Amino acid sequence: MPEQTASSERLGETSETADGIPAVGEAKPDAAVIRDALGVGIAVGLSGFAFGVTSAGSGLSLLQTCALSLLVFTGASQFALVGALAAGGNPYTAAAGAFFLGVRNAFYGLRLSQLLALPRAVRPLAAHWVIDETTAVTLPQPTRRAARIGFTVTGLTLYVLWNLTTLLGALGAEALGDTDAWGLDAASPAVFLALLAPMLKSTTERITAALAVLLVLGALPMLPAGVPVLLAALAAPAVLFLMGRRKAPASERPAKDATTAEDAR
Amino acid sequence: MNVWIAIALTAVGCYLAKLLGLLVPAGALERPLVQRLAALLPVALLAALTAQQTFGNGQQLVLDARGAGLAAAALALVLRAPFLVVVGAAVVVTAGVRALG
Repeated sequence: MPEQTASSERLGETSETADGIPAVGEAKPDAAVIRDALGVGIAVGLSGFAFGVTSAGSGLSLLQTCALSLLVFTGASQFALVGALAAGGNPYTAAAGAFFLGVRNAFYGLRLSQLLALPRAVRPLAAHWVIDETTAVTLPQPTRRAARIGFTVTGLTLYVLWNLTTLLGALGAEALGDTDAWGLDAASPAVFLALLAPMLKSTTERITAALAVLLVLGALPMLPAGVPVLLAALAAPAVLFLMGRRKAPASERPAKDATTAEDAR
Repeated sequence: MNVWIAIALTAVGCYLAKLLGLLVPAGALERPLVQRLAALLPVALLAALTAQQTFGNGQQLVLDARGAGLAAAALALVLRAPFLVVVGAAVVVTAGVRALG
């Protein structure tokens, strides 16, 4: 879905100022920000249809499917949860896998809170919209005003469309009957692959992904449903540990570290 | 009932993760190792989920029409197709292979 490439430099510039007026570059017209936001919101909002179909096809009721989109509202976690439940996982391991996927949103929130400078009272409301897509639209905006417009318009468009298309997808799945015959069980892994692909930027990411695949496929026949995915998550700390031992941290992936440091400011 | 427990836990957990980022003081989670782990964790999870949902059938490993669908999705990604086209390719090819098989 979203990618935040090339966003870091401009964020680095704008966050130098405290009042939202950029030190470099000029203010972006509101209409241009809204256009960006609507583009992302509509494209991704429509994929809620795929979620609705997958969830209903996995045996969740219409109410359960809609509750997930309304209350969880972070796509990868929703797909992971219904996939784990469909595979027969118990609710705790299924929820744990979905939760670990949702943890990345905390790091988006860290970056967004400085850029948006929201009043404390608004934060609990805004938090629900802190996801991949709103972050991807908001971070590159040149001013605080543009960032707030981008965040709000993307969040609102996505929330409305994602829930509407979830409902339609779930209703559609009931009308279709056997969703597997339509190939719809392939939608969920394809969504994961599409989310994963832009993350495979360097060797570290590729090795982690490969190790995770080996772990999950190796564990699948032996461990109860849901557990293999959690086990495979250990590929991340394992690869970091091994890479840290193999090379001095400073020489490893300098470009990536520079980006992270800049984004974080 | 189990499904509702899973939904409630996921909703609360995911919401708290989102809120945490907005509430904690800047710098609290910004140690380089934490940042790197946070970036790498979704890579491991998404790769594992892709593999499990493509080749898993209960506790068995299988190679079926979904494998062909995923190959189509991968090809679409290499060709820089939009998100919906990637998912559509997987669905159409999986359905096609099933219809033929």
